[in-house]
Amino acid sequence: MKKLLSGNEAFAYGAYLAGVQLAAAYPGTPSTEIVKNCATYDTIYAEWSPNEKVSLDVATGASYAGRRALCAMKHVGLNVAADSLFSASYTGLKGGLVIINADDPGMHSSQNEQDNRNYAKFAKVPMLEPADSEEAKNYVRIALEMSEQYDTPVLIRTTTRLSHSRTLVEIDDSKRVIPSDEIPAYERNIPKYVMVPGNARRRHPVVEERLQKLAALAETLEINKIEPGNDEIGIITSGVIYQYARDVFPNATILKLGMVWPLPKQMIIDFAKRVKKLVIIEELDPFIEEYVRILGLDCIGKEVYPIEGEYSPSLIREVSYKAGLLTEAPPEVSAASIDLPMRPPMLCPGCGHRGLFYALKRLDATVFGDIGCYTLGAAPPLAAMHTTTCMGGGFGVVHGVDKMGVKDKTVAVLGDSTFFHSGIHPMIDVLYNGGISTLIITDNRITAMTGHQDNPGSGRTLLGEPAERIDIETVVRGLGAKRVEVVNPYEVEQVMKVVKEGLESGEPSVVIARYPCVLHTKEKHPVPTVDTEACTNCGNCLKIGCPPITKGENYVAIDNILCNGCGLCARVCPFNAIKKPEEQ
Amino acid sequence: MQNKVDFIIAGVGGQGTILASDILVEVGYNAGYDVKKSEVHGMSQRGGGVESQVRWGKKVYSPLIEKGKADYLIGFEMLEAARWTEYLNPSSVVYVNKHKMFPPTVTTGQAEYPSETAIEQELISRASRMEWVDAIGLAKELGNPALAGVIMLGRLSADLEVAPELWLKVISELVPAKFVELNKKAFLTGRGIISKSI
Repeated sequence: MKKLLSGNEAFAYGAYLAGVQLAAAYPGTPSTEIVKNCATYDTIYAEWSPNEKVSLDVATGASYAGRRALCAMKHVGLNVAADSLFSASYTGLKGGLVIINADDPGMHSSQNEQDNRNYAKFAKVPMLEPADSEEAKNYVRIALEMSEQYDTPVLIRTTTRLSHSRTLVEIDDSKRVIPSDEIPAYERNIPKYVMVPGNARRRHPVVEERLQKLAALAETLEINKIEPGNDEIGIITSGVIYQYARDVFPNATILKLGMVWPLPKQMIIDFAKRVKKLVIIEELDPFIEEYVRILGLDCIGKEVYPIEGEYSPSLIREVSYKAGLLTEAPPEVSAASIDLPMRPPMLCPGCGHRGLFYALKRLDATVFGDIGCYTLGAAPPLAAMHTTTCMGGGFGVVHGVDKMGVKDKTVAVLGDSTFFHSGIHPMIDVLYNGGISTLIITDNRITAMTGHQDNPGSGRTLLGEPAERIDIETVVRGLGAKRVEVVNPYEVEQVMKVVKEGLESGEPSVVIARYPCVLHTKEKHPVPTVDTEACTNCGNCLKIGCPPITKGENYVAIDNILCNGCGLCARVCPFNAIKKPEEQ
Repeated sequence: MQNKVDFIIAGVGGQGTILASDILVEVGYNAGYDVKKSEVHGMSQRGGGVESQVRWGKKVYSPLIEKGKADYLIGFEMLEAARWTEYLNPSSVVYVNKHKMFPPTVTTGQAEYPSETAIEQELISRASRMEWVDAIGLAKELGNPALAGVIMLGRLSADLEVAPELWLKVISELVPAKFVELNKKAFLTGRGIISKSI
């Protein structure tokens, strides 16, 4: 039987088939659904860890305990987990360990488009790259077997397009690896697992030797294969780009790499000899290309195919044609000749973050932001966030800015999930090292941007079990913060007052702006009405950037399908022209 | 069976393009095609423009359709439909829900929403046929604006050689149980309408 699965669902199914017993992750688009789906199989213990590093340590622990483990994260998540990866590469493990890593070419939902194949080379671990959901399923098992046989963590690379495409997968549980129900015994081995210099020095040659063996394996591995065709053009490619290359060059000879590190040296040399023109088509960095060039082979690569941006079959066709690799011109197409206003994402109608950012805008605060839905506070008309770098970045940045004595009203904002992820450490820094910063936690009690995953503040685990909520206020006070306020972000005046007091206090202050995500709780109230006589069309309500409010000829209108009834517009109207139903 | 049928569904985050494309790809598979579907999650779902691409064929490689090669463009929102003109060719067919959702630049008065005629011109000049479907109006009559997507699929289904029973079966499988009957009704409503065709 076949079934349509997304790449991420297929990874989870593959984990189930391969007898994975633990799966851990911190949510991050486009990787979130991997571990979310692992949780649907009763043979897998699955959890949302507070951050990616913790998730990798947890998965490493399970594999030290001799069981198969999976860890998944988006590309930038591996930056957070890199330390653990490099050490796990040295120690090796016992049960198989697979780390599924999702790159985001085109930055659909990310702050950069780093190419994580570089991590495989950097950490000296193998990396596989499937090209559709069926391969996604199969490669999990291949990775785990490779992991156990070569005593190494194995990376699997996916990209947004693979993770979020649905393709057909063979569903067959008959050859499933049944996980052992015996209680594992931990096998002590100090020289292997204690990475003090003396031991690590002995492990490094082991790692190098392992890489040599894996390179030899790459030459014969079934997932590295040549699809013979017309040898005029020979293409080396991998992942979903293989599919695009197949559409654009239906007759070419293709070397499809299922393992992208280490690369099969001899196979590539022979392939180059066989074809007239060697073409490397790979998204983002010239990873394969640089390897090919070091071998002294001539090829066509990044001078034709761009380093930046997401590929598509259209793009490959266009640039290949321009470079003379195709004789038939791409179809002539034209974009619309009229102006099409852009439609960027916005804070949802009714979102509690809106009140907070409106208050910060009114205060004319300089806001050091972070990663989450609330990053949309940077979008006009609010435009109330002035830096966003990485998870947990803002609290440290504001501390540095404040230490330099900048006179602006400087505050930092991050969300509840981000606080648990990496916001606690910079808060410790501010509190301990004599900081004066105003740190705001916008607490909507869920990890919203990635699709409402539970976090340590929400009181429920990924497996749906109740858990003791970790109270942010208690944590903050426990760290030693004296000035701590909890506010409702819709109460704009109150938010302004509390933030202002914090800024003027000359000491660190923490503001918890708490309102549960209304998209998650489905909270909805009656839609306010506009008193068309009283409305002067002053535009003040438009400054909150709420999608249902539209500027009309003489007065504003509120779309009653979109509106969530939060009433923030009524609060900010200086003419009392927007009325909540109970006020009528 | 046709050699290939490529569909683009364009709309605004929250309009149900993902459910509609899930139904469409599943129907293709049930009808005997090789199929693939691509969609985007994450940030753009917060009220931004979203699109799903569904491909039916004898053998489908890329989950993405090439420019100039879409057979059907199904617009859940007028402005969003107009963004996909590059994917059309002179034999493409376009169905657009007669629904305007103003992006922030328009609601705040900085940009103008293009006129219905202008959008119509852009689409029809690049396609063989374009049809406005009052899916939003019909959905409201059925009591839930979220049904517009399934009404659009109903209209599309009248062009395709797939039995309506198969569509209804897939809808029953993919829609939450308590909404199945309503969605079936929406589908049949869409299938029955022939609106102003250009």
